[in-house]
Amino acid sequence: MSLELPSGLNPQSQAQDASFFELLRRHDLEPAWDVGAGDGRFVRAPEATTILALRYADGVVMVGDRRATEGHTIAHRRMQKVYPADGYSAVAIAGTAGLAMEMVKLFQTELEHYEKLEGTRLSLEGKANHLARMVRQQLPMVFQGLVVVPLFCGFDEEAGEGRLYTYDVVGGRYEEDDYAASGSGGREAKAYLRSVFRDDLSEDDALRHGIAAIAAAAEQDTATGGPDPRRGIYSSAVIVDRAGYREVDEDRVATVSNQVMGDDQ
Amino acid sequence: MTLPYYVPPEQLMKDRAEFAQKGIAKGRSIIAVEYADGVLMLAENSSKALNKIGEIYDRLAFAGVGKYNEFEALRVAGIRHADLKGYSYGRSDVSAKSLANAYSQTLAAVFAETVKPYEIEILIVEVGDTPDDTVMFRVRYDGTLVDEEGFCAIGGQEDELTSRMKERFESGLDRAAALRFAAEAFERVEDRQIGPEEWEAAVLDRTNGRRMFRRLSADEITSARS
Repeated sequence: MSLELPSGLNPQSQAQDASFFELLRRHDLEPAWDVGAGDGRFVRAPEATTILALRYADGVVMVGDRRATEGHTIAHRRMQKVYPADGYSAVAIAGTAGLAMEMVKLFQTELEHYEKLEGTRLSLEGKANHLARMVRQQLPMVFQGLVVVPLFCGFDEEAGEGRLYTYDVVGGRYEEDDYAASGSGGREAKAYLRSVFRDDLSEDDALRHGIAAIAAAAEQDTATGGPDPRRGIYSSAVIVDRAGYREVDEDRVATVSNQVMGDDQ
Repeated sequence: MTLPYYVPPEQLMKDRAEFAQKGIAKGRSIIAVEYADGVLMLAENSSKALNKIGEIYDRLAFAGVGKYNEFEALRVAGIRHADLKGYSYGRSDVSAKSLANAYSQTLAAVFAETVKPYEIEILIVEVGDTPDDTVMFRVRYDGTLVDEEGFCAIGGQEDELTSRMKERFESGLDRAAALRFAAEAFERVEDRQIGPEEWEAAVLDRTNGRRMFRRLSADEITSARS
């Protein structure tokens, strides 16, 4: 196998040299689903449900439940919906699980590819814009009922603060300065966060509110998985701050979840 | 009508090889040394912006000597190869061996088919789970592929550095000792002191998590050498 050498600056070519997606496209490897015009029948595939993120004093906390549903049945109990995008950002997914996971993998590769080629990370704004483009590319699938709506957050190294972005199905990108939630239980989670959120929360409080909001959503929404002590399944939570991305220890999430559940009773 | 004049292939290849070797001999060397937790790469490079050593993938790194634009193009091609492979299959399927083979094919083709051969030499390093799984491949301007063990030098002062290191190398060094070993070899061969700002150093270290590549700062180099 021979290597593809970079062409340098070619005025005829529109190719972005540092883009992994362009590279996939040149090799005909980009994830694409050749769907005809919708005939009214929707494809049915597992759905990832409730995710949320909230800003606090030093950064952003992101939490997701673990349930994936297919129609009215539970498809998976331990699905991961919150992922690292790179060392300083995180992405969470709601919607058609298969498409969303592929999108995350492509997004992660894209950020790492850029970082290695250019020797520097994309700005947080740049990452958020790129994700918007990826959501927009999914638009034809929306007409088949296959929707992916991510949440994106990260630590802006230039501004020195955590930032949070939401998306709509057509790739609209919105920056939020407090909290956001998406997925089937997103409404309930947001209602909970609205009642408890204030500026400059501590990390502990932000984490507790995030986990409690998922539990509150699970109370109302069958597609959201609440804490499951019997099987040892708890929400996944991550923190992005000045030190970068880190996953919150499962034991810590379990402890907080049990406290939150105890508070309710 | 004039006949195209005949050049015997032996002569043609010899001329090209000489041309490439001359270009490489002008450049400064790079050393790679295995230590207990990984591999250290060290180069003398006063530029902070133009690197000779770079990350390719989780466990893979690249080092190049010679003409910057040529080895930079190969570095970019290597990252593309690795990212495509890791994306299409799995992250653990990206290996130094397959990458080194691809480099070898590419450089052999460039050497034989283009007007000017590349004036470069490159090194591909992969750190395995144990020191036994660690591999280093050196690819020459004509595509010749050599695998090295323990330590290795490429570039202008390759022979002097290699013989110097051969006398003193021991396996199982820690990172600071490996850095002292490599820096001392450079300074002996060059017969002068080299300041901390003039080094470019990076490691592939098993303790760094998934992405093992990390550059060492001038402060880290100073403290390791003191």
